[in-house]
Amino acid sequence: MEDLKPTPMKKKYFTPVVIGLAVLVLNGLMFLLARFIFGIGAVTNLDNQHPWGIWIGLDVAAGVALAAGGFTTAALGHIMHKDQYHAIIRPALLTAALGYTFVAVSVMIDLGRYYYIWHPLIMWNGSSVLFEVGICVMIYLAVLYIEFLPIVCERFIGRVKLPGFLKSLNNPLDKVLRILDKGLDKTMFIFIIAGVVLSCLHQSSLGTLMVIAGPKMHPLWQTPILPLLFLLSAVSVGLPMVIMESIITSKSFSLKPEIHILSNLGSMVAPLLGIYLAFKIGDMVIRQTFVYLTTFNTASVMFTIELLFGVIIPLRMFMSRQVNKSPLGLLIASFLVIAGVFLNRLNNFLVAYTPPYEVHSYFPSIGEISVTVGFIAFEILLFRIAVMIFPIVSVPNTSAQRTKYSIRGGAQ
Amino acid sequence: MVNQSRRDFLKTAALAGTAVTGLSSKTKAAPKNILSEDRMGVLVDTTVCIGCRKCEWACKTAHNLETPSIEVYDDRSVFQTMRRPNSKSLTVVNEYKNSVEEKFPINVKVQCMHCDHPACVSACIVGAFSKEENGSVIWDTDKCIGCRYCMVACPFQVPAFEFESALKPDIKKCDFCFERTKEGKLPACTEICPVEAVTYGQREDLVKAAHQKIKNYPDRYINRVFGEYEVGGTSWIYLASKEFEKLDFPKLGKDPAPGVSEAIQHGIFAYFVPPVALYALLGGVMWINKNKKKSENEEI
Repeated sequence: MEDLKPTPMKKKYFTPVVIGLAVLVLNGLMFLLARFIFGIGAVTNLDNQHPWGIWIGLDVAAGVALAAGGFTTAALGHIMHKDQYHAIIRPALLTAALGYTFVAVSVMIDLGRYYYIWHPLIMWNGSSVLFEVGICVMIYLAVLYIEFLPIVCERFIGRVKLPGFLKSLNNPLDKVLRILDKGLDKTMFIFIIAGVVLSCLHQSSLGTLMVIAGPKMHPLWQTPILPLLFLLSAVSVGLPMVIMESIITSKSFSLKPEIHILSNLGSMVAPLLGIYLAFKIGDMVIRQTFVYLTTFNTASVMFTIELLFGVIIPLRMFMSRQVNKSPLGLLIASFLVIAGVFLNRLNNFLVAYTPPYEVHSYFPSIGEISVTVGFIAFEILLFRIAVMIFPIVSVPNTSAQRTKYSIRGGAQ
Repeated sequence: MVNQSRRDFLKTAALAGTAVTGLSSKTKAAPKNILSEDRMGVLVDTTVCIGCRKCEWACKTAHNLETPSIEVYDDRSVFQTMRRPNSKSLTVVNEYKNSVEEKFPINVKVQCMHCDHPACVSACIVGAFSKEENGSVIWDTDKCIGCRYCMVACPFQVPAFEFESALKPDIKKCDFCFERTKEGKLPACTEICPVEAVTYGQREDLVKAAHQKIKNYPDRYINRVFGEYEVGGTSWIYLASKEFEKLDFPKLGKDPAPGVSEAIQHGIFAYFVPPVALYALLGGVMWINKNKKKSENEEI
């Protein structure tokens, strides 16, 4: 196996795509400003019938699920000790750290009293599912930042160069980094295990969140095993997320995708998706909810799309050797799984939610969509900055040293 | 992650374990959720209500909400659309056709039901809701962070949010006139009602009285007291002359609304055993795999 080493990417930051994304970010920020000046009601389509919209259903619920790559790769690489996957841990960690940061920000902008976001830290309600999710996400976010620290240390130890009058801080800062690095090296396993445990807890509890809505939620989705379904789907979306990200990053920085690693990852997705599908179908059979699929309405259509295109088709694709060997096949199959989980969260939180006194149904406003799209664009931009500053993306060791700017066709 | 002895691993793992279990002793903190035997309630007799909407005026006045003069409430054209309580009116009266006697329409007063096992109390992330000894379910403005999970949880779709407020939006709902009853006064709506369609009293007595009424006038009422058992019982209970579901009452079971969710939640967190066990299991797996790797390397 070739020797892979995480290296900061060296390329021009601004490309047409990057500029397009920046425009989307600015657009989102404008609406966000309006939300803080004029209130949630002015920017969103939320009302007393629909207390939660896409800022919770997508930004938070789907955001948490799609950041699952962080804990699944940590479990694979560190806990199962499969060293060949170390190359994908850092990109997945970065995605998770960014993803969860934006989850926290999304929660905050959706809170009517955002300045009280710290209240759950001292005002506890043990029976509240939301309390548990909130605390777990807060701790996990801290754990993710701690897990990221060694990368910062690696990048800056012996290379702290602050400009101007901050120069005097260079030495102490370097010392702090060295102490951190040494301490973290000995204790990192605590945080890694904690990260996996915390993830399992809040990924599942995110499913429990809607259980209390009871009959307000369409029976196709409302089930006591929601937490299990959420956990299983989060676990099965983790690796596809890493695969897609890896392929797109390689493309964007003109690198060769590490296809053998990705193929191995791909071969693990099918069994995970299979288990999820089995529970999903089993639940449907036991609760006899398949009767709702015989009527043609939004719920039945959305459920069918979610299951067929988000689970069954990608499951079949990941079972095929050819798909697993081709970057395009992997990309498409991974995208389907990601879209499926995305749709599942959307369905659970918004489509399935039918309040008893519903005058009109909910559809997100332009402001809500702009903010959500803006956040996703912002995440991609930050990801690009981060991989250019920090050693995150792994490239073959020799070529990385030999050629500074382009690695295209470097090591065949 | 690398140079680390077995003893180090165990030592730090044990430390982390204690830290996690230490946390568990503090999670007993829970919002007040009292189910007193003497809790109060209100019996709403929808066959008596005349739809004068004086209760709407009294409620707004008692809660310092903006209101037109009481004469404006004589306007019955508002009954053409079904209304719901919102952040500006905590109770509303709706009107339904009476198929038996056209000239006596059925009027239904709507407000918070003050559940015996409230979903909002269970759901609230900061415990801003509490079930008080007198039966009322009230909301604490000093805790609320405006997440609106109470609105997701409430089976009656009652809590309302001030979406228009940018700085300090409140959750608004009937508070059973908590401040008034503390001073020995009646809830504003029951005080003003000219026909005693809403009766304030101990819930236990009211349930008995409701069944007595059904027994005395079997032609006047259907044989069901809404709120006696729905979602585990509510402090406000209703009598009606026709099916409650036809009067826009939600179709609900007898199990408390937070039941399933709390069972799952407490199952996952039973004395923190499952999370700690998972932590230990993962730690064990990690340790075994690490040693396996080491011995493999030594063989080579």
